Amino acid sequence: MTYAYYPGCSLKGTAIDYHTSALALAERLGIELKEMEDWVCCGASPIHQRNPALASGVANLLLSLSEGISKDVAVLCAACYHNMKKAEVEMREDGKKRNEVEELSGIPFNPEVRTRHFLDILDKDYGLNALKEKVVKPLSELRVACYYGCLLSRPPEIAFDDPEQPMIMERILEAAGAETVSWSHRLECCGASHAVPLTDAVLRLVNDVLASARDAGADIIACACPLCQANLDMRQEGIRAKLGVAHNLPAVYFTQLLGIACGATGKQVMIEKGMVSAVPLLRAKNLL
Amino acid sequence: MSKIGVFVCHCGENISRTVDCARVAKASGQIRGVAVAKDYKYMCSDPGQALIKNAIKEHKLDGVVVSACSPHMHEKTFRKAVTEAGLNQFLCEMANIREHCSWVHEKEEPTTRKAIELVRLMVEKVKRNMALEPIRVDVTKRALVIGGGVAGIQAALDIADGGHEVILVEKDPSVGGHMAQLSETFPTLDCSQCILTPKMVDVGSHPNIKLYTYSEVEKIEGFVGNFKVTIKKKARSVDIDKCTGCGECQLKCPSKKIPSEFDRGLKNRTAIYIPFPQAVPARPVIDREHCIYFTKGKCKACQKVCPTEAVDFEQTDEYVEEEVGGIVVATGFDLYTTDKQGPYPDYKGYGEYGYGEDPDIIDGLQFERLASASGPTGGAIQRPSDGKEPKSVVFLQCIGSRHPSKGIEFCSKICCMYTAKHTMLYKHKVHHGTAYVFYMDIRAPGKGYDEFVRRAIEEDGAVYLRGRVSRIYRSGDHLIVKGADTLSGAAVEIEADMVVLATAVMPQPGIEGLFQKLGISYDQYKFASEAHPKLRPVECATAGIFLAGACQGPKDIPESVAQASAAASKALILFSRDQMLREPVVAKVNENTCIACWYCVEICPFTAISKKDIRDRQGNLIKRVAEVNPSLCTGCGTCAATCFSNSIDLDGFTDEQIYSEINSLMAVGQDLFPEPEKAEGDSPDEKAA
Amino acid sequence: MKYQIRLSGDEIRLMQEVKARSGVDLAKCYQCGECTAGCPMTPEMDAGPTKTLRLIQLGMEEALFDLNTPWLCASCETCTARCPNDIDIALVMDVVRQMARLKGKKIPVKEPRIFQDVFLKSVENNGRLFEPGMIAFYNLRSGDLFHDVGLGPKMLLKGKLPLLPHTSKNREKLREIFRKAEALEKEAGKKASEEAHDESGH
Repeated sequence: MTYAYYPGCSLKGTAIDYHTSALALAERLGIELKEMEDWVCCGASPIHQRNPALASGVANLLLSLSEGISKDVAVLCAACYHNMKKAEVEMREDGKKRNEVEELSGIPFNPEVRTRHFLDILDKDYGLNALKEKVVKPLSELRVACYYGCLLSRPPEIAFDDPEQPMIMERILEAAGAETVSWSHRLECCGASHAVPLTDAVLRLVNDVLASARDAGADIIACACPLCQANLDMRQEGIRAKLGVAHNLPAVYFTQLLGIACGATGKQVMIEKGMVSAVPLLRAKNLL
Repeated sequence: MSKIGVFVCHCGENISRTVDCARVAKASGQIRGVAVAKDYKYMCSDPGQALIKNAIKEHKLDGVVVSACSPHMHEKTFRKAVTEAGLNQFLCEMANIREHCSWVHEKEEPTTRKAIELVRLMVEKVKRNMALEPIRVDVTKRALVIGGGVAGIQAALDIADGGHEVILVEKDPSVGGHMAQLSETFPTLDCSQCILTPKMVDVGSHPNIKLYTYSEVEKIEGFVGNFKVTIKKKARSVDIDKCTGCGECQLKCPSKKIPSEFDRGLKNRTAIYIPFPQAVPARPVIDREHCIYFTKGKCKACQKVCPTEAVDFEQTDEYVEEEVGGIVVATGFDLYTTDKQGPYPDYKGYGEYGYGEDPDIIDGLQFERLASASGPTGGAIQRPSDGKEPKSVVFLQCIGSRHPSKGIEFCSKICCMYTAKHTMLYKHKVHHGTAYVFYMDIRAPGKGYDEFVRRAIEEDGAVYLRGRVSRIYRSGDHLIVKGADTLSGAAVEIEADMVVLATAVMPQPGIEGLFQKLGISYDQYKFASEAHPKLRPVECATAGIFLAGACQGPKDIPESVAQASAAASKALILFSRDQMLREPVVAKVNENTCIACWYCVEICPFTAISKKDIRDRQGNLIKRVAEVNPSLCTGCGTCAATCFSNSIDLDGFTDEQIYSEINSLMAVGQDLFPEPEKAEGDSPDEKAA
Repeated sequence: MKYQIRLSGDEIRLMQEVKARSGVDLAKCYQCGECTAGCPMTPEMDAGPTKTLRLIQLGMEEALFDLNTPWLCASCETCTARCPNDIDIALVMDVVRQMARLKGKKIPVKEPRIFQDVFLKSVENNGRLFEPGMIAFYNLRSGDLFHDVGLGPKMLLKGKLPLLPHTSKNREKLREIFRKAEALEKEAGKKASEEAHDESGH
């Protein structure tokens, strides 16, 4: 199982823990994530906010870099996934659009290329039964709130699970022995890239998400997007300072939890990187 | 040499907007055999018809082509006109240059050319038409009514009161339909049961009505005036002649946790059950899917307790045949559900509202049951999750309806009114509660309807918010409803105890199966289609089949009842004659060439072909040939296409006619599309033959 | 009232320009409010998406570009996902931002625009985003020199911030796409306004 891996910028910076834990997990599962050479930034939200056509052009460049590795491009970041999948689906379904994007990027589109989020790969390609077999340290008694945010399932054309009620992350973490909670804000927006320019709005949104997870009895939040994780984790201090609410709820990547379940050490999944440390919780549950 | 007249209609601007009608007339005039060709603004009008009649007399025409709309629209009109001028009606044909040409093409040269070609085809056909006489058939003066809701009940009673027998078929164990489930009705707030149940009793006891409940139409053969219907009486497992309806069996049945259809899942019923106390017939039925005896082979508690030995586990489905002359389809509606896997698999549910999984999010019919004195709570408004009286209820209109991205574009028509009614019923019972309504437009155009909605707002204090709801989710004891009020431009969040969804009115799931058996058409949503949306609103395009109620589209009670009476009157008109005329388009066998292979006999879907002996004067058998019974033949043409020796032709559609039409398209060496002359007056253009 | 509408038949041009740029037909919008109902940013917005679309329908260009709404859109696409008429509302917000920039309109809320610019500048310069550099530029440009200044050292300590930018050999290709896209959007603007002009019968 070899995939053309596109990490994206955050995974080499603020989300280095996502990158490292995903590779550690993949190795244990026997999945090869082969990094595409000389990739560039997908432009995240700012790129289509400036010029939607530009976003598609860059996405087409990125899709073309998978050549020679695999037709399936593995992506971990929700914003990268969103930009690439959206362009890919549009080009496959709309010939006029495809011509425009090919013209702009100067690169032919290969309709066989598929952008795949790592969650989807684990669920559909690897399979939950195979995953269960690799679990050596079940995440038992860990109550996890799975957080999808917005970009993984919107617009519905790019969703790999029910766009309004996805259960894919729950299925996967339950296969690793975790208990998942049912909560209301699984798909609410965290404010994403507004974290920098509109920090107060993001504090409000993140506070709502954290409160919902806490009310549902979650010990920890699992994320599948570096922007979500950064906001949920790093903004808790701001929420305490500005809104006077102390959540102290760790938000980690699903790959970190799965990595631990499959026998990786805390260090191998960089569990210590979180601002709100998950270490005491995981120790208490005998997972570290 | 034929003398054909061609009459080109402008249809106001419907045709002339894209087709040069004067030029079509001009070109038609040059077709060999055409004696006269004229165009006129409205050929179907009195002066238009007079133009045709005069031309027939003046030019001694032996055939007429009216180049206008679809024959479905006006063939009858023009056939009548030519008959009045002394021409056999089957020597008149229509070239459809409206639906087949002007409506579907742009205004450009090929459009006019196509119109000319369509005329030429018909001219060639008419040249070979023969004078025919309509076939007379006896009319069976009995009606079949399918569906025992208020529309079916009304249609059945009207026909029966008109003196004719009615077969009423209802798939459920009782008649009554959805109206029996309603609490009170808008805009008068009179009790639904009080006005419906007497009619249900009438239907059950009327001497002219034969009631088949728990039954379905299995097969339909024949045609207008002479349908043969096979009805499947599903095994009820109870002998309804022996049963007295005492209800002992229901009390003893140990299988008690089956969601009641009548109470829309808000209450449970037993496996042997009478759907509701006012049911007609008030006799139980065993739901074999849930009965312990039928699923596990042991129990029979009901049989043991029955004082009249009416329970019969051995009963099987029974099939009965009935002959009828006309059919009223009144199969009604059901509600769209927001479930992910609902009864309408073509439509996505509402994941944003939790796919209907929260017990306190209910639909309009469930609210009716909650508000009904005969309902699960005896009429007290209690939320399903814990029986608590809801202090705030949010009503959402247009759920499914007017929601193209969910697959439904139409307006369900009744929800604005019943939602206003719901807010009133709620406020009358929960004085300190608040009713909120999210709406997009209030559609209340009936008599007394808008006043009713205003009353809900002004007197009963319902809070109307103009907007849709993006999400509903649970937060502890409450449901959080996130909507918008576009009038103030604000996002709105409401903490609700209960949410009521006014879900779209849809045809019964799977009803298209019945429509296919009946041979009637239906739209993309599976609502039955009327023959003409304005002028024939209760008839199907298939003769002898009429529509009543919500099977045709969303309707409220007054409309359903009105349409049912209209359908009944259509059936009564049909029954007013002893005989009726049928199109003489039937198959005919050439006895000289028939080789008696009998393929036609085997293939005829209407068993209209039999084997006939031909004998000499002494009675010696000379040969055997196929013979068509014209009163059974529908003119489908299957035999003609199958016949090995080419001995079968359809009157009105002979091979010769069809081939000459095709050949005319390949005519060469003629100027097929002559340009019109420049200087032309306004008068209809005419060409002397 | 702040705005009066005088309709003259020209108002359709704004809707046509949006359609030419986005492919979105706003005649489909029946103003149901579902986009506003689901939008996470409404507490900060002045008008909300529903009213924004209404201003486009009525050709109220001046009022439209006065709104902070398009600039506060977080691109979460909840509106797009739930629009009963399948209107890609998030894309319309992108296009309104794009039009405001191309038309040189004064932007009512500067921070998101600055962020967009420094983010894309960093990408264009390096091929990949260099987060610390981008934030430093953002703070300079916005004048909020100490924005999130507390987070920086913590992240450095956690090893979450790289000290030097990564570059990519495909940087030139990326720049080329940026240049071409910029030329195209200007051309499209001219074409769109010409087409709208033609269609409205002038």
